[in-house]
Amino acid sequence: MYGALWRVLPGPVWVRILLVLILLVAVVFVLFTWVFPWVDGIINPIEVTVDT
Amino acid sequence: MSAEQPPRHASRGSDRAARPRRVSVVGVLGELLLTAGALILLFLGWQLWWNDAIMAGQQSAAASDLGAEWLEEGKAARGDAPAPDPATYGDPVVGPATYGDGEAFAVMYVPRFGEDSQRRVAEGTGLNVLNSTELGIGHYPGTQMPGQVGNFAIASHRSAYGGGMHEIEQLQLGDAIYIQTADGWYTYRFRDFEYVTPSTVDVLAPVPHHPDLQPTDRVVTLTSCNPLYSTAERIIAYGVLESWQPSTAGPPAEIADVVATWGS
Repeated sequence: MYGALWRVLPGPVWVRILLVLILLVAVVFVLFTWVFPWVDGIINPIEVTVDT
Repeated sequence: MSAEQPPRHASRGSDRAARPRRVSVVGVLGELLLTAGALILLFLGWQLWWNDAIMAGQQSAAASDLGAEWLEEGKAARGDAPAPDPATYGDPVVGPATYGDGEAFAVMYVPRFGEDSQRRVAEGTGLNVLNSTELGIGHYPGTQMPGQVGNFAIASHRSAYGGGMHEIEQLQLGDAIYIQTADGWYTYRFRDFEYVTPSTVDVLAPVPHHPDLQPTDRVVTLTSCNPLYSTAERIIAYGVLESWQPSTAGPPAEIADVVATWGS
């Protein structure tokens, strides 16, 4: 899976490492901005009130 | 195994070029599981630190805006008149008995919780208040209001979502809990902690734990989750009203410097 990604990326090793890092930052950005807030709205596990 | 595999003694370069790519099911499954693990850790990091810090900043900015607004109103109401004599403050003014759900009617500031720990207090303890980017502290509907005889009971997160009561366990006897409303400033003093099960609603009674008693004290009750990062129990912090001053008198002297920076 990730091996295939590595082979698809062009250029010498340092270019590939750079590309992987850029991809990683992009993925984290999408997760932090859209995916995690959406997931959070679904699970909401934290309770702080007293209630019966 | 394929019969076409090159001999083992071939050079590494030609070996790599010639070998057919085989995708193993176990290999992909392993990578998926590793990815899932990394995603869950990343989500926890987002929830407990990243999003927590962002929401804390938004909530404290919203609270200082509202506080500064009331401060200005107080100044305007006083005009050029001299500061009122503390002897004329009288009994604490109590605002309306209830507000609309999610309506902000107070600002809480606890110096022990650190700089920028001020938060808006809104009616209701739903997620629309507790997980809001501008509110953060919820007032239990049906409990008393700031300055009123009885129990002003509020709740907030201890971890994540801005953590309005993140430092609650740091409170020490006599620590100030300032509540600002459009009417003025209520100074409560922290008295003691209690650790209860989540169903112990008696802590919200006008006299905590004694729902049948007639209240004579003005109490504030802070509730949050306990232990930190858990929802198994609730940590309760009680305080008693020490003093009150109308908004025309400005903020309490001890926090005047901090409050002066709000809204700027």
